[in-house]
Amino acid sequence: MRILEGQGVTKYFGGLAAVSDVDFHVDQGEILGLIGPNGAGKTTLFNLISAALPISSGEMRFKGQKLNGLKPHQICQMGVSRTFQETKVFGNMPVLQNVLVGAFFGTPTRVSGAAAAREAAQSLEFVGLSALSTTPIQDLTLGNQKRVEVARALATKPELLLLDELMAGLTPAEVGEAMELVTKIRDRGITILMVEHVMKAIMGISERVMVLHHGEKIAEGTPQEVVANETVIEIYLGEGAHAGS
Amino acid sequence: MDITRFISTHRKSLLVGFLVLILIFIITLPLYAGESDVRVLTTVLIYVVLAVSWALFSGTTGYMSLAPAAFFGLGIYTMALLQKELPFFLIIPIGGLVAFAFALLIGLVTLRLRGIYFTIFTFGLVVFMTEIIQYLETRLYNRHGWDITPIDSEILLYTIFGLVVVTVLAAYFIRRSRYGLALLSIGGNEEAAEHMGINTTRTKVLIFAISSAFMGAAGVITAPSLIYVNANIAFSLFYSFMPILMAVFGGMGQLYGQIVGAVIFGYLEKTLRAQLYSYFMLGFGIILVAVIFFLPNGIAGLVPMLQEKLGGVIRRLRKGGQGEQHANT
Repeated sequence: MRILEGQGVTKYFGGLAAVSDVDFHVDQGEILGLIGPNGAGKTTLFNLISAALPISSGEMRFKGQKLNGLKPHQICQMGVSRTFQETKVFGNMPVLQNVLVGAFFGTPTRVSGAAAAREAAQSLEFVGLSALSTTPIQDLTLGNQKRVEVARALATKPELLLLDELMAGLTPAEVGEAMELVTKIRDRGITILMVEHVMKAIMGISERVMVLHHGEKIAEGTPQEVVANETVIEIYLGEGAHAGS
Repeated sequence: MDITRFISTHRKSLLVGFLVLILIFIITLPLYAGESDVRVLTTVLIYVVLAVSWALFSGTTGYMSLAPAAFFGLGIYTMALLQKELPFFLIIPIGGLVAFAFALLIGLVTLRLRGIYFTIFTFGLVVFMTEIIQYLETRLYNRHGWDITPIDSEILLYTIFGLVVVTVLAAYFIRRSRYGLALLSIGGNEEAAEHMGINTTRTKVLIFAISSAFMGAAGVITAPSLIYVNANIAFSLFYSFMPILMAVFGGMGQLYGQIVGAVIFGYLEKTLRAQLYSYFMLGFGIILVAVIFFLPNGIAGLVPMLQEKLGGVIRRLRKGGQGEQHANT
Protein backbone atom coordinates (compact mmCIF):
# COMPACT_ATOMS: atom_id res chain seq x y z
CA MET A 1 0.00 0.00 0.00
CA ARG A 2 1.22 3.49 -0.76
CA ILE A 3 1.35 5.54 2.40
CA LEU A 4 2.58 8.72 0.73
CA GLU A 5 2.13 9.68 -2.86
CA GLY A 6 3.24 12.76 -4.80
CA GLN A 7 2.25 13.78 -8.30
CA GLY A 8 3.94 16.53 -10.27
CA VAL A 9 5.40 17.95 -7.09
CA THR A 10 7.06 21.25 -7.95
CA LYS A 11 8.64 24.04 -5.95
CA TYR A 12 9.93 27.29 -7.40
CA PHE A 13 12.25 29.68 -5.60
CA GLY A 14 11.86 32.75 -7.79
CA GLY A 15 12.48 31.41 -11.28
CA LEU A 16 14.45 28.39 -10.10
CA ALA A 17 12.72 25.04 -9.84
CA ALA A 18 14.23 23.45 -6.73
CA VAL A 19 11.90 20.48 -7.13
CA SER A 20 10.52 19.97 -10.60
CA ASP A 21 7.54 17.81 -11.51
CA VAL A 22 8.50 14.88 -9.29
CA ASP A 23 6.22 11.86 -9.09
CA PHE A 24 7.03 9.60 -6.18
CA HIS A 25 5.54 7.27 -3.66
CA VAL A 26 6.49 5.65 -0.37
CA ASP A 27 5.20 2.15 0.36
CA GLN A 28 3.92 1.31 3.79
CA GLY A 29 6.57 -0.27 5.99
CA GLU A 30 9.56 0.35 3.74
CA ILE A 31 12.74 2.35 4.06
CA LEU A 32 13.00 4.63 1.04
CA GLY A 33 16.36 6.33 0.54
CA LEU A 34 16.55 9.71 -1.13
CA ILE A 35 19.93 10.59 -2.59
CA GLY A 36 21.44 13.10 -4.96
CA PRO A 37 24.19 15.72 -5.18
CA ASN A 38 24.09 18.89 -3.05
CA GLY A 39 21.36 21.20 -4.25
CA ALA A 40 19.39 18.37 -5.85
CA GLY A 41 16.25 19.33 -3.92
CA LYS A 42 16.17 16.55 -1.32
CA THR A 43 15.66 18.76 1.70
CA THR A 44 13.24 20.94 -0.28
CA LEU A 45 11.14 17.84 -0.98
CA PHE A 46 11.18 17.07 2.77
CA ASN A 47 10.11 20.62 3.48
CA LEU A 48 7.23 20.27 1.03
CA ILE A 49 6.03 17.03 2.59
CA SER A 50 6.22 18.42 6.13
CA ALA A 51 4.68 21.72 4.95
CA ALA A 52 7.63 23.83 6.07
CA LEU A 53 7.30 25.27 2.56
CA PRO A 54 4.13 25.65 0.49
CA ILE A 55 4.08 23.61 -2.70
CA SER A 56 4.09 25.59 -5.98
CA SER A 57 2.17 23.00 -7.96
CA GLY A 58 1.38 19.32 -7.86
CA GLU A 59 -0.33 17.24 -5.25
CA MET A 60 0.61 15.06 -2.32
CA ARG A 61 -1.50 12.55 -0.47
CA PHE A 62 -0.85 10.82 2.83
CA LYS A 63 -2.99 7.70 3.25
CA GLY A 64 -5.25 9.13 0.57
CA GLN A 65 -5.67 12.46 2.32
CA LYS A 66 -4.57 15.56 0.47
CA LEU A 67 -1.71 17.45 2.14
CA ASN A 68 -1.86 20.64 0.09
CA GLY A 69 -2.54 23.74 2.15
CA LEU A 70 -2.01 22.10 5.54
CA LYS A 71 0.23 23.59 8.23
CA PRO A 72 3.28 21.82 9.70
CA HIS A 73 1.54 21.07 13.00
CA GLN A 74 -1.36 19.46 11.14
CA ILE A 75 0.98 17.30 9.07
CA CYS A 76 2.65 16.16 12.27
CA GLN A 77 -0.64 15.30 13.92
CA MET A 78 -1.69 13.32 10.85
CA GLY A 79 1.25 11.02 11.47
CA VAL A 80 4.18 12.41 9.48
CA SER A 81 7.11 13.44 11.65
CA ARG A 82 10.61 14.58 10.81
CA THR A 83 14.12 15.40 11.94
CA PHE A 84 16.30 18.18 10.59
CA GLN A 85 19.52 18.32 8.64
CA GLU A 86 20.83 21.07 10.92
CA THR A 87 19.65 19.82 14.29
CA LYS A 88 16.81 21.94 15.62
CA VAL A 89 16.55 20.98 19.27
CA PHE A 90 14.98 23.10 22.01
CA GLY A 91 18.18 24.47 23.47
CA ASN A 92 16.42 25.91 26.51
CA MET A 93 15.27 22.55 27.89
CA PRO A 94 16.79 19.34 29.16
CA VAL A 95 16.69 16.22 26.98
CA LEU A 96 13.48 14.70 28.36
CA GLN A 97 11.49 17.94 27.93
CA ASN A 98 12.55 18.05 24.29
CA VAL A 99 10.94 14.68 23.73
CA LEU A 100 7.98 15.60 25.92
CA VAL A 101 7.04 18.36 23.47
CA GLY A 102 6.56 15.76 20.76
CA ALA A 103 4.57 13.50 23.09
CA PHE A 104 2.25 16.31 24.20
CA PHE A 105 1.49 17.97 20.90
CA GLY A 106 2.26 15.48 18.17
CA THR A 107 -0.98 13.53 18.24
CA PRO A 108 -4.44 14.75 17.19
CA THR A 109 -6.01 13.72 20.50
CA ARG A 110 -5.27 15.43 23.79
CA VAL A 111 -2.65 13.53 25.77
CA SER A 112 -2.62 13.52 29.57
CA GLY A 113 0.51 14.61 31.39
CA ALA A 114 1.20 11.11 32.69
CA ALA A 115 0.73 9.51 29.28
CA ALA A 116 3.00 12.09 27.65
CA ALA A 117 5.70 11.53 30.26
CA ARG A 118 5.48 7.76 29.73
CA GLU A 119 5.64 8.13 25.96
CA ALA A 120 8.63 10.50 26.19
CA ALA A 121 10.51 8.18 28.54
CA GLN A 122 9.83 5.21 26.25
CA SER A 123 11.02 7.07 23.17
CA LEU A 124 14.22 8.11 24.94
CA GLU A 125 14.73 4.54 26.07
CA PHE A 126 14.22 3.36 22.50
CA VAL A 127 17.02 5.55 21.14
CA GLY A 128 19.19 4.58 24.11
CA LEU A 129 19.42 7.93 25.87
CA SER A 130 17.51 7.30 29.10
CA ALA A 131 20.62 7.99 31.13
CA LEU A 132 20.86 11.52 29.77
CA SER A 133 17.25 12.57 30.28
CA THR A 134 17.96 15.42 32.72
CA THR A 135 21.05 16.69 30.91
CA PRO A 136 20.83 20.10 29.20
CA ILE A 137 20.54 19.27 25.53
CA GLN A 138 23.42 21.50 24.56
CA ASP A 139 25.82 19.33 26.53
CA LEU A 140 25.13 16.40 24.17
CA THR A 141 27.28 15.39 21.21
CA LEU A 142 25.91 16.00 17.73
CA GLY A 143 25.19 12.29 17.36
CA ASN A 144 23.17 12.23 20.57
CA GLN A 145 21.34 15.44 19.69
CA LYS A 146 20.25 13.76 16.48
CA ARG A 147 19.06 10.80 18.52
CA VAL A 148 17.01 13.15 20.67
CA GLU A 149 15.45 14.52 17.49
CA VAL A 150 14.56 10.98 16.50
CA ALA A 151 13.09 10.29 19.94
CA ARG A 152 11.13 13.55 19.77
CA ALA A 153 9.76 12.59 16.37
CA LEU A 154 8.89 9.08 17.56
CA ALA A 155 7.04 10.52 20.55
CA THR A 156 4.55 12.08 18.13
CA LYS A 157 3.60 8.49 17.15
CA PRO A 158 4.26 8.86 13.43
CA GLU A 159 3.37 6.41 10.72
CA LEU A 160 5.87 8.00 8.38
CA LEU A 161 9.20 9.32 9.60
CA LEU A 162 11.33 11.69 7.54
CA LEU A 163 15.01 11.51 8.47
CA ASP A 164 17.10 14.31 6.98
CA GLU A 165 20.79 13.35 6.98
CA LEU A 166 20.69 11.56 10.28
CA MET A 167 24.22 10.33 9.75
CA ALA A 168 25.95 13.46 8.47
CA GLY A 169 28.83 14.46 10.70
CA LEU A 170 28.81 11.25 12.72
CA THR A 171 31.81 9.03 13.43
CA PRO A 172 31.91 5.64 11.64
CA ALA A 173 30.93 3.90 14.88
CA GLU A 174 27.98 6.27 15.32
CA VAL A 175 26.91 5.65 11.71
CA GLY A 176 26.69 1.95 12.49
CA GLU A 177 24.55 2.64 15.54
CA ALA A 178 22.34 5.02 13.58
CA MET A 179 21.79 2.35 10.89
CA GLU A 180 20.75 -0.08 13.57
CA LEU A 181 18.39 2.49 15.03
CA VAL A 182 16.74 3.15 11.67
CA THR A 183 16.15 -0.54 11.08
CA LYS A 184 14.76 -0.89 14.59
CA ILE A 185 12.29 1.94 13.88
CA ARG A 186 11.18 0.28 10.66
CA ASP A 187 10.70 -3.00 12.54
CA ARG A 188 8.24 -1.16 14.77
CA GLY A 189 6.13 -0.69 11.67
CA ILE A 190 7.05 2.91 10.98
CA THR A 191 7.67 3.79 7.35
CA ILE A 192 10.88 5.71 6.72
CA LEU A 193 11.90 8.21 4.09
CA MET A 194 15.51 9.23 4.55
CA VAL A 195 17.93 11.61 2.91
CA GLU A 196 21.51 10.51 3.26
CA HIS A 197 24.94 11.13 1.80
CA VAL A 198 26.61 8.23 3.55
CA MET A 199 26.29 5.72 0.71
CA LYS A 200 27.25 2.66 2.70
CA ALA A 201 24.45 3.41 5.12
CA ILE A 202 21.69 4.23 2.69
CA MET A 203 22.46 1.41 0.28
CA GLY A 204 22.74 -0.97 3.21
CA ILE A 205 19.36 -0.42 4.76
CA SER A 206 17.05 1.00 2.09
CA GLU A 207 14.60 -1.25 0.29
CA ARG A 208 14.31 1.29 -2.48
CA VAL A 209 16.30 4.35 -3.47
CA MET A 210 15.20 7.45 -5.34
CA VAL A 211 17.72 9.80 -6.96
CA LEU A 212 17.16 13.53 -7.43
CA HIS A 213 19.28 15.83 -9.59
CA HIS A 214 18.59 19.51 -10.22
CA GLY A 215 15.16 18.99 -8.74
CA GLU A 216 14.23 16.16 -11.08
CA LYS A 217 13.89 12.49 -10.38
CA ILE A 218 16.49 10.70 -12.49
CA ALA A 219 16.30 7.18 -11.12
CA GLU A 220 14.43 4.93 -8.77
CA GLY A 221 14.71 1.30 -7.78
CA THR A 222 16.44 -1.14 -5.50
CA PRO A 223 19.91 -0.12 -4.29
CA GLN A 224 21.46 -2.60 -6.75
CA GLU A 225 19.54 -1.14 -9.68
CA VAL A 226 20.38 2.42 -8.76
CA VAL A 227 24.06 1.69 -8.27
CA ALA A 228 24.16 0.12 -11.73
CA ASN A 229 22.27 2.99 -13.37
CA GLU A 230 24.49 4.78 -15.92
CA THR A 231 23.06 8.26 -15.34
CA VAL A 232 23.37 7.96 -11.59
CA ILE A 233 26.97 6.86 -11.83
CA GLU A 234 27.81 9.71 -14.15
CA ILE A 235 26.11 12.42 -12.12
CA TYR A 236 26.44 11.34 -8.56
CA LEU A 237 28.32 8.21 -7.67
CA GLY A 238 31.23 8.35 -10.08
CA GLU A 239 33.04 5.35 -11.56
CA GLY A 240 34.88 4.57 -8.35
CA ALA A 241 31.70 4.04 -6.40
CA HIS A 242 30.45 1.63 -9.03
CA ALA A 243 33.57 -0.43 -8.90
CA GLY A 244 33.66 -0.21 -5.12
CA SER A 245 30.23 -1.59 -4.55
CA MET B 1 24.08 21.29 55.99
CA ASP B 2 21.09 20.86 58.24
CA ILE B 3 19.74 24.18 57.09
CA THR B 4 19.86 23.29 53.38
CA ARG B 5 18.28 19.94 54.07
CA PHE B 6 15.59 21.57 56.20
CA ILE B 7 14.84 24.03 53.42
CA SER B 8 14.61 21.37 50.75
CA THR B 9 12.40 19.00 52.76
CA HIS B 10 10.05 21.68 54.10
CA ARG B 11 10.04 23.69 50.94
CA LYS B 12 6.30 23.79 50.47
CA SER B 13 5.38 24.74 54.01
CA LEU B 14 8.13 27.36 54.09
CA LEU B 15 6.81 28.85 50.87
CA VAL B 16 3.27 28.94 52.18
CA GLY B 17 4.43 30.54 55.43
CA PHE B 18 6.36 33.14 53.49
CA LEU B 19 3.36 33.94 51.32
CA VAL B 20 1.13 34.27 54.39
CA LEU B 21 3.63 36.73 55.89
CA ILE B 22 3.54 38.81 52.72
CA LEU B 23 -0.24 38.69 52.72
CA ILE B 24 -0.40 39.90 56.32
CA PHE B 25 2.15 42.60 55.60
CA ILE B 26 0.23 43.98 52.64
CA ILE B 27 -3.17 43.81 54.32
CA THR B 28 -2.04 45.45 57.53
CA LEU B 29 0.26 48.04 56.00
CA PRO B 30 -2.36 50.83 55.89
CA LEU B 31 -2.90 50.40 59.65
CA TYR B 32 0.52 51.60 60.68
CA ALA B 33 2.13 53.11 57.57
CA GLY B 34 1.51 56.49 56.07
CA GLU B 35 -0.33 57.27 52.89
CA SER B 36 2.93 57.67 50.96
CA ASP B 37 4.07 54.17 51.92
CA VAL B 38 0.77 52.75 50.77
CA ARG B 39 1.28 54.51 47.44
CA VAL B 40 4.80 53.16 47.10
CA LEU B 41 3.59 49.63 47.72
CA THR B 42 0.74 50.12 45.22
CA THR B 43 3.22 51.20 42.54
CA VAL B 44 5.49 48.27 43.34
CA LEU B 45 2.56 45.87 42.94
CA ILE B 46 1.63 47.45 39.60
CA TYR B 47 5.17 46.77 38.45
CA VAL B 48 4.85 43.18 39.63
CA VAL B 49 1.80 42.73 37.40
CA LEU B 50 3.56 44.30 34.42
CA ALA B 51 6.81 42.36 34.87
CA VAL B 52 5.13 38.99 35.47
CA SER B 53 2.72 39.33 32.57
CA TRP B 54 5.44 40.63 30.25
CA ALA B 55 7.71 37.70 31.06
CA LEU B 56 4.85 35.22 30.67
CA PHE B 57 4.92 35.86 26.93
CA SER B 58 8.26 37.48 26.11
CA GLY B 59 10.40 35.67 28.65
CA THR B 60 9.28 32.25 27.46
CA THR B 61 9.00 32.74 23.70
CA GLY B 62 11.86 35.18 23.28
CA TYR B 63 9.60 37.60 21.41
CA MET B 64 10.72 40.85 23.03
CA SER B 65 7.62 42.98 23.19
CA LEU B 66 7.87 46.71 23.81
CA ALA B 67 4.09 46.99 23.75
CA PRO B 68 3.19 46.90 27.49
CA ALA B 69 2.66 50.66 27.48
CA ALA B 70 0.09 50.30 24.69
CA PHE B 71 -2.07 47.89 26.71
CA PHE B 72 -1.42 49.62 30.01
CA GLY B 73 -2.42 52.93 28.42
CA LEU B 74 -5.57 51.38 26.99
CA GLY B 75 -6.51 50.40 30.54
CA ILE B 76 -5.90 53.94 31.77
CA TYR B 77 -8.05 55.34 28.99
CA THR B 78 -10.79 52.81 29.59
CA MET B 79 -10.95 54.13 33.15
CA ALA B 80 -10.87 57.74 31.98
CA LEU B 81 -13.79 57.23 29.61
CA LEU B 82 -15.95 54.95 31.76
CA GLN B 83 -15.38 56.33 35.26
CA LYS B 84 -18.66 58.24 35.28
CA GLU B 85 -20.67 55.45 33.71
CA LEU B 86 -19.67 52.32 35.58
CA PRO B 87 -18.38 51.29 39.00
CA PHE B 88 -14.61 50.98 39.36
CA PHE B 89 -14.65 47.23 39.93
CA LEU B 90 -16.52 46.65 36.72
CA ILE B 91 -14.12 48.81 34.70
CA ILE B 92 -11.15 46.65 35.71
CA PRO B 93 -12.25 43.53 33.78
CA ILE B 94 -13.47 45.74 30.93
CA GLY B 95 -10.02 47.34 30.71
CA GLY B 96 -8.54 43.86 30.65
CA LEU B 97 -10.94 42.77 27.92
CA VAL B 98 -10.21 45.83 25.78
CA ALA B 99 -6.48 45.14 26.03
CA PHE B 100 -7.10 41.44 25.34
CA ALA B 101 -9.09 42.14 22.19
CA PHE B 102 -6.62 44.71 20.95
CA ALA B 103 -3.68 42.38 21.60
CA LEU B 104 -5.47 39.58 19.78
CA LEU B 105 -5.77 41.80 16.74
CA ILE B 106 -2.20 43.06 16.96
CA GLY B 107 -0.91 39.55 17.58
CA LEU B 108 -2.61 38.11 14.53
CA VAL B 109 -1.00 40.72 12.34
CA THR B 110 2.46 40.96 13.89
CA LEU B 111 3.39 37.64 15.40
CA ARG B 112 4.51 36.54 11.96
CA LEU B 113 7.36 38.99 12.44
CA ARG B 114 10.32 37.49 14.17
CA GLY B 115 13.17 38.81 16.27
CA ILE B 116 14.03 42.46 16.06
CA TYR B 117 11.21 43.23 13.61
CA PHE B 118 8.59 42.24 16.14
CA THR B 119 10.30 44.37 18.79
CA ILE B 120 10.45 47.39 16.51
CA PHE B 121 6.82 46.98 15.56
CA THR B 122 5.70 46.88 19.18
CA PHE B 123 7.79 49.97 19.85
CA GLY B 124 6.10 51.73 16.95
CA LEU B 125 2.71 50.60 18.23
CA VAL B 126 3.12 52.58 21.46
CA VAL B 127 4.14 55.71 19.56
CA PHE B 128 1.25 55.21 17.18
CA MET B 129 -1.23 54.80 20.03
CA THR B 130 -0.11 58.08 21.58
CA GLU B 131 -0.67 59.92 18.33
CA ILE B 132 -3.95 58.32 17.38
CA ILE B 133 -5.51 58.74 20.81
CA GLN B 134 -4.44 62.36 20.90
CA TYR B 135 -5.95 62.91 17.48
CA LEU B 136 -9.18 61.11 18.33
CA GLU B 137 -9.81 62.90 21.60
CA THR B 138 -9.24 66.23 19.93
CA ARG B 139 -11.61 65.40 17.08
CA LEU B 140 -14.30 63.60 19.03
CA TYR B 141 -14.28 65.35 22.40
CA ASN B 142 -12.39 68.51 21.57
CA ARG B 143 -10.18 68.12 24.58
CA HIS B 144 -6.68 67.18 25.59
CA GLY B 145 -6.50 64.78 28.51
CA TRP B 146 -8.92 63.73 31.23
CA ASP B 147 -9.35 64.31 34.93
CA ILE B 148 -9.80 61.15 36.93
CA THR B 149 -11.61 61.12 40.23
CA PRO B 150 -9.19 59.87 42.89
CA ILE B 151 -10.01 56.70 44.77
CA ASP B 152 -8.99 55.96 48.34
CA SER B 153 -5.41 54.69 48.35
CA GLU B 154 -6.24 51.76 50.62
CA ILE B 155 -8.86 50.50 48.18
CA LEU B 156 -6.38 50.85 45.33
CA LEU B 157 -3.78 48.90 47.30
CA TYR B 158 -6.13 46.01 48.00
CA THR B 159 -7.41 46.01 44.44
CA ILE B 160 -3.98 45.88 42.85
CA PHE B 161 -3.00 43.21 45.33
CA GLY B 162 -5.97 41.17 44.15
CA LEU B 163 -4.80 41.62 40.57
CA VAL B 164 -1.27 40.56 41.55
CA VAL B 165 -2.66 37.35 43.03
CA VAL B 166 -4.69 36.63 39.89
CA THR B 167 -1.78 37.46 37.58
CA VAL B 168 0.78 35.42 39.48
CA LEU B 169 -1.55 32.43 39.76
CA ALA B 170 -2.38 32.61 36.06
CA ALA B 171 1.28 32.90 35.10
CA TYR B 172 2.17 30.04 37.43
CA PHE B 173 -0.43 27.68 36.02
CA ILE B 174 0.16 28.65 32.39
CA ARG B 175 3.90 28.15 32.77
CA ARG B 176 3.35 24.75 34.34
CA SER B 177 0.76 23.66 31.80
CA ARG B 178 1.21 22.28 28.31
CA TYR B 179 0.95 25.86 27.09
CA GLY B 180 4.02 26.68 29.14
CA LEU B 181 5.92 23.88 27.44
CA ALA B 182 4.65 25.05 24.05
CA LEU B 183 5.80 28.61 24.77
CA LEU B 184 9.23 27.41 25.87
CA SER B 185 9.60 25.27 22.77
CA ILE B 186 8.74 28.27 20.60
CA GLY B 187 11.50 30.12 22.41
CA GLY B 188 13.84 27.18 21.90
CA ASN B 189 13.21 26.63 18.21
CA GLU B 190 10.00 27.82 16.66
CA GLU B 191 10.34 25.82 13.46
CA ALA B 192 10.85 22.58 15.34
CA ALA B 193 7.92 23.45 17.61
CA GLU B 194 5.65 23.76 14.58
CA HIS B 195 6.81 20.41 13.26
CA MET B 196 6.13 18.77 16.61
CA GLY B 197 2.43 19.54 16.29
CA ILE B 198 2.21 22.91 18.02
CA ASN B 199 -0.05 25.50 16.48
CA THR B 200 2.53 28.19 17.15
CA THR B 201 0.51 31.11 15.80
CA ARG B 202 -2.50 30.31 17.97
CA THR B 203 -0.37 29.73 21.05
CA LYS B 204 1.57 32.95 20.63
CA VAL B 205 -1.45 35.12 19.90
CA LEU B 206 -3.47 33.68 22.77
CA ILE B 207 -0.78 34.07 25.42
CA PHE B 208 0.17 37.50 24.09
CA ALA B 209 -3.46 38.55 24.52
CA ILE B 210 -3.77 37.03 28.00
CA SER B 211 -0.62 38.75 29.20
CA SER B 212 -1.89 42.02 27.72
CA ALA B 213 -5.19 41.67 29.55
CA PHE B 214 -3.37 41.87 32.89
CA MET B 215 -1.52 44.96 31.70
CA GLY B 216 -4.81 46.58 30.73
CA ALA B 217 -6.37 45.77 34.09
CA ALA B 218 -3.30 47.22 35.82
CA GLY B 219 -3.80 50.39 33.78
CA VAL B 220 -7.35 50.77 35.05
CA ILE B 221 -6.19 50.47 38.65
CA THR B 222 -3.32 52.89 38.09
CA ALA B 223 -5.48 55.62 36.55
CA PRO B 224 -7.11 57.06 39.73
CA SER B 225 -3.76 57.81 41.36
CA LEU B 226 -2.67 59.79 38.30
CA ILE B 227 -5.56 62.28 38.79
CA TYR B 228 -5.00 63.72 35.32
CA VAL B 229 -4.02 61.74 32.21
CA ASN B 230 -3.42 62.47 28.57
CA ALA B 231 -2.10 60.27 25.78
CA ASN B 232 1.51 61.12 26.53
CA ILE B 233 1.15 60.12 30.16
CA ALA B 234 -0.94 57.01 29.59
CA PHE B 235 1.13 55.62 26.71
CA SER B 236 4.52 56.55 28.12
CA LEU B 237 7.23 54.19 26.88
CA PHE B 238 8.46 54.17 30.44
CA TYR B 239 5.80 51.52 31.13
CA SER B 240 7.20 49.40 28.31
CA PHE B 241 10.79 49.49 29.44
CA MET B 242 10.23 49.11 33.17
CA PRO B 243 8.79 45.57 33.10
CA ILE B 244 11.58 44.44 30.77
CA LEU B 245 14.29 45.88 33.00
CA MET B 246 12.66 44.32 36.06
CA ALA B 247 12.21 40.92 34.47
CA VAL B 248 15.77 40.86 33.15
CA PHE B 249 17.05 42.14 36.48
CA GLY B 250 15.13 39.54 38.47
CA GLY B 251 15.34 36.67 36.00
CA MET B 252 12.90 35.57 33.32
CA GLY B 253 13.08 31.81 33.75
CA GLN B 254 11.52 31.65 37.20
CA LEU B 255 8.31 33.35 38.17
CA TYR B 256 9.73 34.61 41.46
CA GLY B 257 12.55 36.27 39.51
CA GLN B 258 10.19 38.81 38.00
CA ILE B 259 8.46 39.39 41.32
CA VAL B 260 11.72 39.95 43.16
CA GLY B 261 12.99 42.15 40.32
CA ALA B 262 9.86 44.27 40.29
CA VAL B 263 9.81 44.65 44.07
CA ILE B 264 13.47 45.67 44.39
CA PHE B 265 13.47 47.86 41.32
CA GLY B 266 10.09 49.40 42.01
CA TYR B 267 10.86 50.15 45.65
CA LEU B 268 14.23 51.73 44.87
CA GLU B 269 12.78 53.68 42.03
CA LYS B 270 9.90 55.05 44.09
CA THR B 271 11.82 55.90 47.23
CA LEU B 272 15.11 57.12 45.80
CA ARG B 273 13.81 58.82 42.72
CA ALA B 274 12.29 61.74 44.59
CA GLN B 275 15.52 62.65 46.33
CA LEU B 276 18.36 61.79 44.01
CA TYR B 277 16.89 60.89 40.66
CA SER B 278 19.98 61.10 38.47
CA TYR B 279 22.13 59.20 40.93
CA PHE B 280 19.50 56.53 41.18
CA MET B 281 19.43 56.01 37.44
CA LEU B 282 23.22 55.97 37.31
CA GLY B 283 23.43 53.48 40.15
CA PHE B 284 20.72 51.34 38.71
CA GLY B 285 22.37 51.34 35.30
CA ILE B 286 25.55 50.00 36.86
CA ILE B 287 23.66 47.35 38.82
CA LEU B 288 21.78 46.24 35.72
CA VAL B 289 24.94 45.92 33.66
CA ALA B 290 26.60 43.97 36.46
CA VAL B 291 23.62 41.63 36.76
CA ILE B 292 23.56 40.97 33.00
CA PHE B 293 27.31 40.32 33.05
CA PHE B 294 27.58 38.11 36.06
CA LEU B 295 24.08 36.69 36.45
CA PRO B 296 22.70 35.95 33.00
CA ASN B 297 19.64 34.43 34.68
CA GLY B 298 19.01 37.51 36.81
CA ILE B 299 18.74 37.68 40.57
CA ALA B 300 16.81 34.40 40.49
CA GLY B 301 19.94 32.83 39.01
CA LEU B 302 21.65 33.49 42.32
CA VAL B 303 19.61 30.81 44.07
CA PRO B 304 20.85 27.70 42.21
CA MET B 305 24.33 29.25 42.09
CA LEU B 306 24.41 29.71 45.84
CA GLN B 307 22.90 26.27 46.40
CA GLU B 308 25.62 24.74 44.29
CA LYS B 309 28.38 26.75 45.96
CA LEU B 310 27.07 26.08 49.45
CA GLY B 311 26.46 22.42 48.66
CA GLY B 312 29.99 22.14 47.30
CA VAL B 313 31.50 23.71 50.39
CA ILE B 314 29.45 21.50 52.66
CA ARG B 315 30.32 18.37 50.71
CA ARG B 316 34.00 19.30 50.81
CA LEU B 317 33.81 19.86 54.54
CA ARG B 318 32.14 16.49 55.06
CA LYS B 319 34.54 14.73 52.76
CA GLY B 320 37.43 16.41 54.53
CA GLY B 321 36.10 15.14 57.85
CA GLN B 322 35.64 11.62 56.54
CA GLY B 323 39.05 11.68 54.95
CA GLU B 324 40.59 12.50 58.31
CA GLN B 325 38.71 9.68 59.94
CA HIS B 326 39.98 7.29 57.34
CA ALA B 327 43.49 8.52 57.87
CA ASN B 328 43.16 7.95 61.58
CA THR B 329 41.88 4.40 61.39
